[in-house]
Amino acid sequence: MSSTTNTPTHHTSTIGSIGTPSRRNTELALLVFAVVIPVFAYANVGLAINGQVPSGLLSYGLGLGLLAGIAHLVVRKFAPYADPLLLPLATLLNGLGLVAIWRLDQSKLLQSLPTFVTAAPRQLLYTALGIALFIGVLIFLKDHRVLQRYTYISMFVALVLLILPLVPGLGTDVFGAKIWIKIPGLGTLQPGEFAKIVLAVFFAGYLMVKRDALALASRRFMGLYLPRGRDLGPIVVVWAISILILVFETDLGTSLLFFGMFVIMLYVATERTSWIVFGLLMSAVGAVGVASFEPHIQQRVDAWLDPMREYMLSRQGVVGHSEQAMQALWAFGSGGTLGTGWGQGHSELIRFAANSDFILATFGEELGLAGVMAILLIYGLIVERGVRTALAARDPFGKLLAIGLSGAFALQVFVVAGGVMGLIPLTGMTMPFLAYGGSSVLANWALIGILLRISDTARRPAPSPAPNPDAEMTQVVRP
Amino acid sequence: MSELTLTVMRLGFLAVLWLFVIVAVQVIRSDLFGTRVTQRASRRDAGRPQQSAARQAPPQQRQQPAGGRARRNAPTKLVVTEGTLTGTTVALQGQTITLGRAHDSTIVLDDDYASSRHARIYPDRDGQWIVEDLGSTNGTYLDRSRLTTPTPIPLGAPIRIGKTVIELRK
Repeated sequence: MSSTTNTPTHHTSTIGSIGTPSRRNTELALLVFAVVIPVFAYANVGLAINGQVPSGLLSYGLGLGLLAGIAHLVVRKFAPYADPLLLPLATLLNGLGLVAIWRLDQSKLLQSLPTFVTAAPRQLLYTALGIALFIGVLIFLKDHRVLQRYTYISMFVALVLLILPLVPGLGTDVFGAKIWIKIPGLGTLQPGEFAKIVLAVFFAGYLMVKRDALALASRRFMGLYLPRGRDLGPIVVVWAISILILVFETDLGTSLLFFGMFVIMLYVATERTSWIVFGLLMSAVGAVGVASFEPHIQQRVDAWLDPMREYMLSRQGVVGHSEQAMQALWAFGSGGTLGTGWGQGHSELIRFAANSDFILATFGEELGLAGVMAILLIYGLIVERGVRTALAARDPFGKLLAIGLSGAFALQVFVVAGGVMGLIPLTGMTMPFLAYGGSSVLANWALIGILLRISDTARRPAPSPAPNPDAEMTQVVRP
Repeated sequence: MSELTLTVMRLGFLAVLWLFVIVAVQVIRSDLFGTRVTQRASRRDAGRPQQSAARQAPPQQRQQPAGGRARRNAPTKLVVTEGTLTGTTVALQGQTITLGRAHDSTIVLDDDYASSRHARIYPDRDGQWIVEDLGSTNGTYLDRSRLTTPTPIPLGAPIRIGKTVIELRK
């Protein structure tokens, strides 16, 4: 008999919080590791460029270690069951980014450029602000479900953030993309980076309410579920918004990011493949349509198809062309498998934006394929922890928010890395944590903070039994 | 700096970077190579009380938490087996588990047939787990029968709320 032979008939794998230990000590150990690696890299750059250990080594190492230590203590206090990997992974990427930015600061070629600023100290300041924001999120956001109340406010805030750069006098046009706003006395801010998080909150709240209508009320046609017109409304609106961003702000990356994030969340909420087909079709139509009449985008596509022609035009001094794309490809090529070693490449030839949009090329040249693969794996692990958090979350809003945030993070890495490596047309976006830029560092630390909060709620054992007067009164009838 | 030192540092750095990645992967190994896979008690046993479960116990005994409750067959977790939350697990540690559409439920059901405070599962003084319907509109079913009173839950018996099915496992 099968019941006595105990044949397994059905397997289910279980996810979640079966007596999950808090794993804070694992996090601490990894965090020490994640601080030591950038310090090693920093010493390595100094030895390679100047032949001596850089004088700032101790203060730099202590600074990064202190920031990471404070973040760890706050996690220990306010999110004790949170995922142990997210903080160390983000710290490592941020530290390596700082080293690469400092290394590019040392370049004589870049120092001679009119746009040069010593970026490393500023980036360290942004990191400190980013970690402060991360701590703020953990302390003040006790439960991510609170965000659910602000679904439509989030939509409004996100739209305002996106429109701000177009407001005359506030927005600034930097090298063809109008995505910055100027805050007098403080510098510039890229509201799109923050809109990413706020929009994920709106999508999660909206889809949680509407997903049954989107999933069930549909006609089957040629193996695809066609949604009803009225359910199609929101996706068309989001599509139109992302196209408008593309047209008025000429920001290919951000519009791709928003639309992609919405399609991912829609798919996760409804489990309907037809949404992905629709999403891809609509983004293809939108991209081709805009590229055919918007000269800035058209030029990006041309540069992607033939970077060498772009390089030659730039060398001949034709205005509006740039040799960056080709230089980045050469940087990757000269890096080879194991790279030239820290401080021994020539990625400064990319000149402008070498330490922001193109920072991956520096890693490609100096650490080679092996280093870039490791960095992409670290990004992959962050996304994996985000998706795992979504799986473990016990409420639909938390699931959708976690998947939306990690999906946006993954898309951003893909769009930037793909652009720098020549897989897709180049877009003006920053590599999360690695690239120089205050808005990006701040927004991504906040993103990690929200993911940690969701994972803390998901992995936390249910609260201890509350004294329940009803239970005493209940009469239990045993069969 | 000599060429040799720089080469050693270059390769050393890559090695350290990869070591970090490998250590990080080790931390989540349980995710990558499957979590602890547990057997579902076969449907036939589900309705029967503890005896048949006791016969199945020996191979699973090592999963019994040390220093746990005195009962040998006490369930240790609640598993959602059908519905939108399939695969979700909640550890049973003597706390009351509430089920429903309300946001503060332990398990938030996203199910049109569930009430906001639909049912709760709690241990009585002997550690026996009890399911109680909290006056829901569409009812809570243990096996096939609709609950009218708080009822003890046999191991592996399906508790159905709308489209969601949960069961207690060791």
